[in-house]
Amino acid sequence: MNKQEEFNQTSNSEKVYNIINLGPTHPATHGIFQNILKMDGEIIMEAEPTVGYIHRAFEKLAEHRPYNQVTPITDRLNYCSSPINNMGWHMTVEKLIGCEVPKRAQYMRVIIMELSRISDHVICTTIIGQDTGATTGFLYFFQMREKIYEIFEEICGARLTTNIGRIGGMERDFNETVWKKLDIFLKEFPEFLSEFQRLIERNRIFMDRTIDCGPISAEKALAYGFTGPNLRAAGVDYDVRVAMPYSSYEDFEFKIPIGQNGDTYDRFMVRIEEMWESISIIKQAIEKMPEGPIHADVPEFYLPDKEDVYSKMEALIYHFKIVMGETDVPKGEVYHSVEGGNGELGFYLVSDGGRTPFRLHFRRPCFIYYQAYPEMIVNGLLSDAILTLSSLNVIAGELDA
Amino acid sequence: MVSNEMTLQLKEKVENLINAKFPNALISTSLEYDFPVFELDKSQFLEVMTFLKNDSQANFGFLTTLCGLHFPENGDKEFGMMYQLHNLNSNERIRIKVFMPKEDMKINSLTQLWPTANWMERQEYDFFGFKFIGHPNLVRILNMDEMNYFPMRKEYPLEDGSRDDKNDKMFGR
Repeated sequence: MNKQEEFNQTSNSEKVYNIINLGPTHPATHGIFQNILKMDGEIIMEAEPTVGYIHRAFEKLAEHRPYNQVTPITDRLNYCSSPINNMGWHMTVEKLIGCEVPKRAQYMRVIIMELSRISDHVICTTIIGQDTGATTGFLYFFQMREKIYEIFEEICGARLTTNIGRIGGMERDFNETVWKKLDIFLKEFPEFLSEFQRLIERNRIFMDRTIDCGPISAEKALAYGFTGPNLRAAGVDYDVRVAMPYSSYEDFEFKIPIGQNGDTYDRFMVRIEEMWESISIIKQAIEKMPEGPIHADVPEFYLPDKEDVYSKMEALIYHFKIVMGETDVPKGEVYHSVEGGNGELGFYLVSDGGRTPFRLHFRRPCFIYYQAYPEMIVNGLLSDAILTLSSLNVIAGELDA
Repeated sequence: MVSNEMTLQLKEKVENLINAKFPNALISTSLEYDFPVFELDKSQFLEVMTFLKNDSQANFGFLTTLCGLHFPENGDKEFGMMYQLHNLNSNERIRIKVFMPKEDMKINSLTQLWPTANWMERQEYDFFGFKFIGHPNLVRILNMDEMNYFPMRKEYPLEDGSRDDKNDKMFGR
């Protein structure tokens, strides 16, 4: 007996409810989510989410891979902002091996992380627009994500699953094209963003649709483990970048925008404001960008230059050990968290001194706050449920690990 | 950045708080990088967690994450649960650990304290087979319902051993 039949059987009252299947591959859910909804007309009475459709056993997989090969796994968690995941993982390992990354690399990381935060928020905000019926945002503002991916491509060669940076620093310095593209982006983006805001923010239809849609109170949000923009929309100013600064975030001036009601409109507005803050952080980082090396002196983790590999014995040995995954690390357990696009992305790493992590646990913000979804949509309309899902920005890759 | 001294102070503070209320609950304490770690006795686990959440001095109101651990060579402490609590007001984080033998993998559920523990505990049940007492809906979450083992335990290989369609004789691994 499948779940749907079970549902049908249990409802023995005279009133007949409709059971509908939202997902797993519904175009409006933007990912693989199944929700079995019990409907009274257009009102949702009960909701039961099923997750795990794209579970890829990352935690098990990570136990069998050397440290540098875990980075591509993290790409595939929240694939809308994979550089943040990559950096989070690098910083976790750096914390374990006690390696201090040079300032220049830290600032480069900040630029990359803020760019990917913008691209994450661009996706979320335009999709909220799309789901309220405003296709323009999705078609027009979405070009900005393309520009960000072009910058990533120039830095690391990949666009979506970036595998950017290395344990101990960055793989290479920004080249001329990156700086040029960054300049163009910083000039163009504010215009696009303010135009998008003018288009949507005070739009009567948009406001009517999103205000009081899928609200959650601050207490509830905290009890459900919300972090990131969704928690801040409910009015709690918790941001990992400020609470536990990493990668020199303490050097920059920025505000943490918060909302009041925790509804879809607030979540949208918080993300819009965060994009402005991210732009300001990137500008500050470019302005203050220090000179110096781009990686720490950790030859057992950081791949040596190719010329050295061919001409120096030590470099050749390290190159071999890193590529073959034969580097040992200190014993210990370490937790490091970064502010991902959707909240606190944490890595809990237990090392037994071997070549692979003994245990690696990802704190995935989407997985944790998605369980509040049924409570947020019950007694609401089906169309509001779609909107709530897109405003929570649940990413299937992160949800299912 | 959290300095070493602050972590040390926090460790002492929480240690004293727990010891004053529950003299036998604390088995050991340690410092792991920037985290104070407290190992608790399983029988008083729920009481101590309730205390840590509600006490005005401790005030660890936010459950950051929890996860299962498996150390096959640890004898009576083969399986463990790790919990991370966060005091958002004073920005302090601690880690709680509870260990148990393989024969007795029952531990009190935290769902009544934090609703967020619901799915997190289901996940650890799914992967390790912990039985959370008092959990409202302890079923598999990410793996398929028909699965008959707990894949994150160390004895299970990365690839499903029950499959015979993957013949590696020719290529080796």
